[in-house]
Amino acid sequence: MAELRVRVPSTARQGEVIEIKTLLAHPMETGHRRDVYGKLVPRQIIHTFTCIYNGTEVFRADWHPAVAANPYLAFFTVATESGRLRFEWIDDEGTVYATEADITVV
Amino acid sequence: MSLSHPLWLSRRTLLRQFGATGVLVMLGPAGAWATQAMVQQAVRDRIGTREPQAHGVTLRLPKIAETGNSVPLTVTVESPMTPDDHVLRLHVFIEGNPEPVAATYHFGVRAGKAEISTCLRLARSQTVLALAEMSDGSVRSGTASILVTLGACVEEVWGD
Repeated sequence: MAELRVRVPSTARQGEVIEIKTLLAHPMETGHRRDVYGKLVPRQIIHTFTCIYNGTEVFRADWHPAVAANPYLAFFTVATESGRLRFEWIDDEGTVYATEADITVV
Repeated sequence: MSLSHPLWLSRRTLLRQFGATGVLVMLGPAGAWATQAMVQQAVRDRIGTREPQAHGVTLRLPKIAETGNSVPLTVTVESPMTPDDHVLRLHVFIEGNPEPVAATYHFGVRAGKAEISTCLRLARSQTVLALAEMSDGSVRSGTASILVTLGACVEEVWGD
């Protein structure tokens, strides 16, 4: 299975803006590259990343082949309540890579 | 043959770069890169006829990159991110790549701060353009230029 990494603060004050860092091991094959026989290698990229906070989508990204392999993304969200953040990456083959992190808001 | 000999290594690198240049010439500029018309079209598809104002969007990008394979980029949009005044979407355009759009980021009030960090694949030296769509309907823009010594796509064709 693919390697996923997310960094979410385990605790935060209510209303605090927190930074979230994510990383997924994925080749992000552009579809512009040729193999040794000169044949185009089919595109296989993550096209959508979503962050869901207790069931509500708080951030989304649409990606194109110019996003580097092993896509890294850092973004922010407001710590509203204690609960679970879910992260989803979807690639061209329809594979969904997902992970979750818990946060305690005081 | 000693692998650590500096001359041997530099000759190898040099040959590879010459080879890569040959491939570029064969492909020709039309097939390999986005044209200005394609970039303009991609911009219009996203912001319509609205005219971007060139302020409030800051791009942090290195001035020079040895390879374009993974170039760090941070984009910050000045905004209080309140229900009345926030950033809806941020688009990143790359005029020098085969496809003109790199990514679109969807924010909302819940984002808290309109800033993202990512890594881009850049095919050659170019100017990166970021457009932010604000909640009041206005569009703001920012740019950053980068010199790429060895482009991403070029190296991958000949990657061993």
